[in-house]
Order: sequence, then C-alpha cells, then structure tokens
Amino acid sequence: MNEEVSTVTIYVIGKSYQVPANLAIMKAMEFIGYKFVRGCGCRAAFCGACATLYRLKGSYKLQAALACQKLVEDGMFIATIPFAPSDKRIYELDRIRVSPNILLEYYPEIARCLSCNTCTKACPQDLQVMDYVQAALKGDIEEVANLSFDCLSCGLCAMRCPAEIVPYNVAQLARRLYAKYLAETSEHLVKRLQESKEGKFDEDMRILKSLSKDELRKVYEKREIRV
Amino acid sequence: MRFAYYPGCTLKTNAKSFDGSAIVAMNSLGVELLELPKWNCCGTVYALAKDDVMHYIAPARILARVEDMNKQGVLKKNLRLVTLCAMCYNTLKRANNGIRGDPERMRKLHDIMVDKEQPYEGKTEVIHLLELLREAGFERLAEQVRKPLKRLRIAPYYGCLLLRPKGFSIDNPNRPSIMEDLLEALGAEPVEIPYKARCCGAYHTVERKDIVVEAAHKILEQAGKMGAEMITLACPLCSFNLSERQGEVKRRYQGFKEMPVVYFTQLMALALGLGEDVCGLDENHVDPRPLLRSRDLM
Amino acid sequence: MASQTFRLSEKNKKFSSKIRGLSGEEIDLCFQCGGCSSACPMTTYMDLLPSKIIRLVQLGDEGVLKSLTPWVCSTCLNCTAKCPRGIDIANVMEALRQTLLRSKFDHSRLDDLRMEELREMPPIALISSLRKFSA
Repeated sequence: MNEEVSTVTIYVIGKSYQVPANLAIMKAMEFIGYKFVRGCGCRAAFCGACATLYRLKGSYKLQAALACQKLVEDGMFIATIPFAPSDKRIYELDRIRVSPNILLEYYPEIARCLSCNTCTKACPQDLQVMDYVQAALKGDIEEVANLSFDCLSCGLCAMRCPAEIVPYNVAQLARRLYAKYLAETSEHLVKRLQESKEGKFDEDMRILKSLSKDELRKVYEKREIRV
Repeated sequence: MRFAYYPGCTLKTNAKSFDGSAIVAMNSLGVELLELPKWNCCGTVYALAKDDVMHYIAPARILARVEDMNKQGVLKKNLRLVTLCAMCYNTLKRANNGIRGDPERMRKLHDIMVDKEQPYEGKTEVIHLLELLREAGFERLAEQVRKPLKRLRIAPYYGCLLLRPKGFSIDNPNRPSIMEDLLEALGAEPVEIPYKARCCGAYHTVERKDIVVEAAHKILEQAGKMGAEMITLACPLCSFNLSERQGEVKRRYQGFKEMPVVYFTQLMALALGLGEDVCGLDENHVDPRPLLRSRDLM
Repeated sequence: MASQTFRLSEKNKKFSSKIRGLSGEEIDLCFQCGGCSSACPMTTYMDLLPSKIIRLVQLGDEGVLKSLTPWVCSTCLNCTAKCPRGIDIANVMEALRQTLLRSKFDHSRLDDLRMEELREMPPIALISSLRKFSA
C-alpha cells in the first residue's frame, strides 16, 4: 500500500534535501544517505546520544531536540552533535561526606552561573536546568536530584552554557549522593529482600519455573494484583 | 508587616545562622521576612563595565520576582526587598539602578527574560535590614530587649559594600553610626575601630589567602587593642575572612588572640530574649559562647 | 627613576578611548592628586599605584595591561570614595580586567586549589572571585 506522503526540505551541512515529512531527523538523514556511526544509540529517547541543534527558516531561534524523536519540518537546518567534552570529576561515593557545599567542592565552576537560562532552552527533555544548577549552588541536593531525574546527559546544555558549566555532571553527583545518603530507606524493599532471603517465595518460583509456555501464559493472564 | 526577603546563596549554606536568627528576631518584632518563593544567585560582585547586560540577568530575575509577588497580592504594595548579606545588597541595589537608568539595557533584558517570566518593570526597591531597623527607630527595638547585652564591648565591622559607593551607602560613609546605634539599643557597648570600613580582602580569599590573612590580622588586632571583646558584621564573606581565617592568622602571627565574630542578627535574637537555640551561635567558627556565658548572657 | 619619552600615536588614543568607553569614566579629569593611592588598602601588593594606572590610561599606554594592579584590586571602592574629581577608579580597574578577560585571558587558577581549600569555601567567595577573575 503506497500512501502519498508529503515531503519537506531539510538542510544538512548547508545542502538541501527533500525527505518524507513523517520521518524523525535521524531516519531522515539515513534516508538521504548518511550513516550514523556515532551520535546514535537506543533510538528511543533514553540514551542521549543523538543530541541535535536545529533552526527553522525564517526564525533566528536555536532549538534543541533528540534526532531519534523529533520529526522533520520544512526549512529545518540540522546539526547533530555526537559528543560534548566534559571533565567528570573523580569521586568515591563511599568516602564522600555530604555537606551543603559538596557540589561546589567538586564543581566549583557552578559559582559562575549567570542565571541566563540558556541551558534550559537547550534541553530536549524540557528540564528546568537553570533551576537545578541554582539549587546546586544553594546546596539543595534533593532538589537537584528531583529536577534532573529525566536527564539523558545528551550534552546540549554543556555546549551552550556561557559559564562553561556541565550541568549534567553536577546533577549526576547530586542524584548519587541523594540516593546514597539523603533519601529515606525504602522500608518495604528491605523487608521484601529479607523475606526473599528467608525463602518465602522459593516454592512459588519453583512452580512457575516448572510450567510450560502455554501454562505460563494462562497463569499470567489470570493473575491478580492485590493492593 | 511583611517584606519580601532575599537571603542569597551563602545564607543557605555557610551562614544559616545569619538567616535563621534574622527571621526569628524580626518575627518577634512583628515583621515577617518572606523569602522569595523562587530565587537565583545574585551573581555578586556588581559588574562595573558599562556595556554589560549579561550580568544583569540574575539581579533582574530577582527584582522581577518581587513585582510578581506583589501582583499576586502577597506583598500589599510593599515592593521593598530586604537583604541581609552586604554583598547581595550592593549588587542588587546597583544592578537595579543600572537597569532603571538604561532603557536600552532594560529592553535587552526583557528579550532575554521573556522565556521564563514577566519582564522587570523597575518598581522594586532594595534595602538592607539595618536601614529598616533605623527607619522603625532603634528606641523601639530597645523597648523589646529582654536580655540586654550588659555592656559587652562589641566592635561593629562595616566592610566595604554597605558604605560605598556614596549613592548606595546605608549611612554616612565617612562616619557611619548605624551599627553602633543598633548595639546601644541592644545594651552592648559599641567599640569604634578606625579599621571598621577597611576591606577584609573579599574574594582574594580564594586565590590570594595571604592578602586576607594580613587584612584580618590588621582589623582584629586593632579591635583587640581598642578593647573589643567581639566583632559584629553583616556580610558572610567578611565573616569568613575575619572568622574562619583566624586559624591562618594565628599561624602567621604568634601571640594573636582569637576573637569571636557574630552576625548582628544573632545579637538581636539573643538580646530580644528569644533563646540560645535560634541564635545559631554553635555555628560561629570562633565560639562566642564561653565569652557570653562568662558574662551571664547565656 | 629614569624618564621615559612617550610619543602619543593613534594606537594610544584608541586604547585610551577603549578604556574610557568600557568604564564610562572621565579619565581626563584626573590631576594626579594621589588620593586614590593613599586610600587603597591593597597597594602593598601592587606594582603600579592606582594613580599611576590612571595616568597610563590617560596616555593610552597598553603596557598597563601587564600590571598586577587590576588583579590585586578588591573592589573596596575606597579610591572612588576619595577621588575629588568624581572618577570611579574601580570602574577603570574593571575595564582593564575586562579588556583582558574578553580576549580569553583567564586570570583565575581554579585548578590550583586543593580539595580541602574548596571544602571550606563559602559560595559567595567562589562566586565573587570567579566573577572578577575568570573569562
């Protein structure tokens, strides 16, 4: 079945091409003959490899997207960015003593933040990047962890930051510190692990493992979820 | 009475006692210091270059937020922003001036800020807490004092940015007396030191510690010679330089006697009888408590 | 002190006017009273006195950019307060710093700091130091 798909004009390294309008940037570039050896990964908006900057004809605005997700638009000038240089500081999580200025200690350049918001504008995940960098400056590790949760470390904020901060490195340290030292222990997780160790689920597991594929499917479809 | 209040980064980390004691002390005087619901670093020190726009963004966001709060009915037309940190005070006040006096700059800032918030209209006024106290009258403060400081000899240290440049000074820059008046109201005996407005070395503490050690030594030694038992101030950077750096001063100058350094709001909380716990005196690098206990002030 | 013959050229005028523009100060008003130098608490660490810096900027001597003085300035504004002609000398120091910083000259040496030193540093110290000294 051949559908009539409209085409749009895109520009890659300054050269114009006609591509089907229903393709994502990555697929569109492969359509015109580019082969991705770097700058592509999961193709599912999770790994952060395909960070892309683009502009649309007629607008000065510089926009950010993930090439695997963003559909092409007419008049799109595309630049995929396979990597952003960063110096991730070395730390031993087990040895760190959490203090309000711990993030500043490892990343003192956070102090250069101008609150210009360029990082937020560059984020393809629509995260409040400036807010979490400011939270890092204020020593609020939990806030950094929460706001940066969906960060893919794609590199765009670091490339654009005039203060030369690499926000996602700071956020990664914050999330690690939060999880290890600040977050409440999940009591029910601890309990469940203990029960498992004591063999509470051994019999159920043995039964499941002995079932055939069809029997397993039946059991799965009839399952109850008790709240 | 309620005022919008801007703490600044360091009051949330190294200088929590400054923030905490101020809020509690002012509360007891019937003034609510309402922290801006969302705020960013002010980006101290004030950018002096004439063509600068970038370094005004951070102050502009803060000043615009006060207007926001007012529009939401939280401030009842009181658009004065209270600051505690002398450096934030100076930066915000001068930036405010630099924005209001330059329509071109204001327009550029609008363009940059429009992605996140309403543009700044120029209505906010920046004041320091000491100015507010003077406006209300130090006698009224004195009336609320429950535990007068028993003529403890305290030297006020103004530093640079509360008094300079002239147009932004909170008092007569050559003969300031606002902190002395405050100390009198609290029942202490102010000790005037000629170096009270001499630079502590400020940001040189990061890469030229030697400059700060010399400055701290000069100021503290003179204070001691003039009979001061304690120093009080209004800036977390000055406090770090005069307090935390005393260890280095001792290393360089044998015979140097340590002197406690406290924020003026810690003294206020103490004198207003609000209890030791809210004063945060355990956080001061050179512990003032033995001295206070010896004079029966705790 | 050896005297120096100074011939003003276009290059000098250009430099002088660049610093005037960046600082916004009427540098020609300075009559070398030396008040700024006497008020400055940091002169022990300087190679050129503040008043000398102003004189060199008046003449447009670009060699003034090699001076340590703008990097020792702590922006205490004593000079500005003292100046009888209303010149903001601190502004001029900043203009000299910015001239270098804006050409990718980084005065800050953050990498030389040890972790223990960073640990105790309050945010305000790092913020202000990097604001003044980094590009």
